[in-house]
Amino acid sequence: MAATFSLPPLPWPADSLASKGMSAEQIDFHYNKHHKGYVTKLNAAAEKRPELRGKSVMDLIQAKDATYNLASQIWNHTFFWNCLSPNGGGAPTGAAKQAIERDFGSFDKMKKQFSDAAGGHFGSGWAWLVQDKNNRLKVHQTHDAGNPIPDGLKPVLTCDVWEHAFYIDYRNDKAKYVNSFWNMVNWDFVNAQLANSRL
Amino acid sequence: MAFTLPPLPWPVNALASKGLSEQQIDFHYNKHHKGYVTKLNAAAESRPELKDKKIEDLIKAKDATYNLAAQIWNHTFYWNCMSPNGGGEPTGKAKEMINASFGDFATMKKEFSAAAGGHFGSGWAWLIKDGDKLKVHQTHDAGCPLSDNLKPVLTCDVWEHAFYIDYKNDKAKYVESFWNVVNWDFVNSQL
Repeated sequence: MAATFSLPPLPWPADSLASKGMSAEQIDFHYNKHHKGYVTKLNAAAEKRPELRGKSVMDLIQAKDATYNLASQIWNHTFFWNCLSPNGGGAPTGAAKQAIERDFGSFDKMKKQFSDAAGGHFGSGWAWLVQDKNNRLKVHQTHDAGNPIPDGLKPVLTCDVWEHAFYIDYRNDKAKYVNSFWNMVNWDFVNAQLANSRL
Repeated sequence: MAFTLPPLPWPVNALASKGLSEQQIDFHYNKHHKGYVTKLNAAAESRPELKDKKIEDLIKAKDATYNLAAQIWNHTFYWNCMSPNGGGEPTGKAKEMINASFGDFATMKKEFSAAAGGHFGSGWAWLIKDGDKLKVHQTHDAGCPLSDNLKPVLTCDVWEHAFYIDYKNDKAKYVESFWNVVNWDFVNSQL
C-alpha cells in the first residue's frame, strides 16, 4: 500500500515526558496506535480515492472531505505532540506571556479557564488556546475530531481530552491529567504559533 | 439524595473470565457511572425541581442535565445486558426476532459489531425494537434511544473508558468479547 500520508515523528523520545506525568506507555499507545492508526486509515482511503493523493491533511480539513475525522485527528495529534516538551512547563515566556496577560489578566486565569474547558468537556474532544479574528487569545473547545482553523481561529496550544489521551496514566482522573499538562507545555512552540501567519 | 446508583447485577469480578476484568468494571462502575450520579445529585442541590423527577423524565424532557441522566440510564441498562451466565446464542423471542430481522445471529452480530467498532468518538451501539423488527442503532456521547421514542433491547458502551483498561486501543477485541457476556434473558425481557 502506497503511503501518501505519513506519520510525523514524535519531537522527543517516547519516555521523555515520564518524569513530568506522561508515561512512555501512555505516549507509545497514543502515538503508535491511535495517531498512527488514523494515518493508516487515511492511506487506505487514498487507495480507493486517488484524488486524495497530493492533498495535505489541512486541505482535507478545509474541504470538509469525507475523510475529515481522520485528517483532523492526524493534524490535531501532530500539533499536540509539539505543544509538549521535556523542557516545557513553567510560566509563559515572550509574546505568549504578553498576550496571555493582556487577554486573560494573568497566566493563572488563563490556566483556570483552559483547565475548566479541558476538564469539563463532555465526551471526546480537544481544549485549545486560539487567536480569534482580532488576534485576541481565547480558550476554545472542539468536539471529537474538530479543528479550529476552518472557523477562522488560529490554534496556539492544545490538550487532547479523548479518554485514550490519559486513561493509561490517570484512568478517570482527567483533572489530574490536565494539571500535569501544564508541567510540559512547550512555550517556545506556542510562541512560534503566535509569530507564524495563519494557515 | 434524590438519585441513586443501582447496584451491579453481579459481583465486580464476575465477568473477568469472559473478558471484562474486575479493574475494568470497578473503574467503569465506581468512578464513571457513580460519578454521573454524584454530579446529578449536585445539580439537584441547586435545582430543587429535579428532586422528584425520575432519570427517564429528565431524558425525555431533554433537561439541562440530559448528559448525566442519560449516562446513568445507559450504564444501568448496559450492566443488565451482561451476565457471567451470558453469551452463546440468542434464545426465545430474541432468537426469533433476530432471525426475522437480520436473517441470522451471525449477520446481526456483524452489523452490531461494525456499528460498535466503527463509532467515531464516544457513544453506544444498540439493538432497538421498531415494531416487529429489530435494528442496529448508534448514539453519540450520552445519547439515549428513549429520547427518540425508540425501544432499546441491547447495548454496548463504546466510550473509551468502557474498554481501555483491558483492551487499550483494541476496541474490536472488546466488542468481540462482549458477545461472551450478552444476557439473552435480559434482552428477552425487553422485547
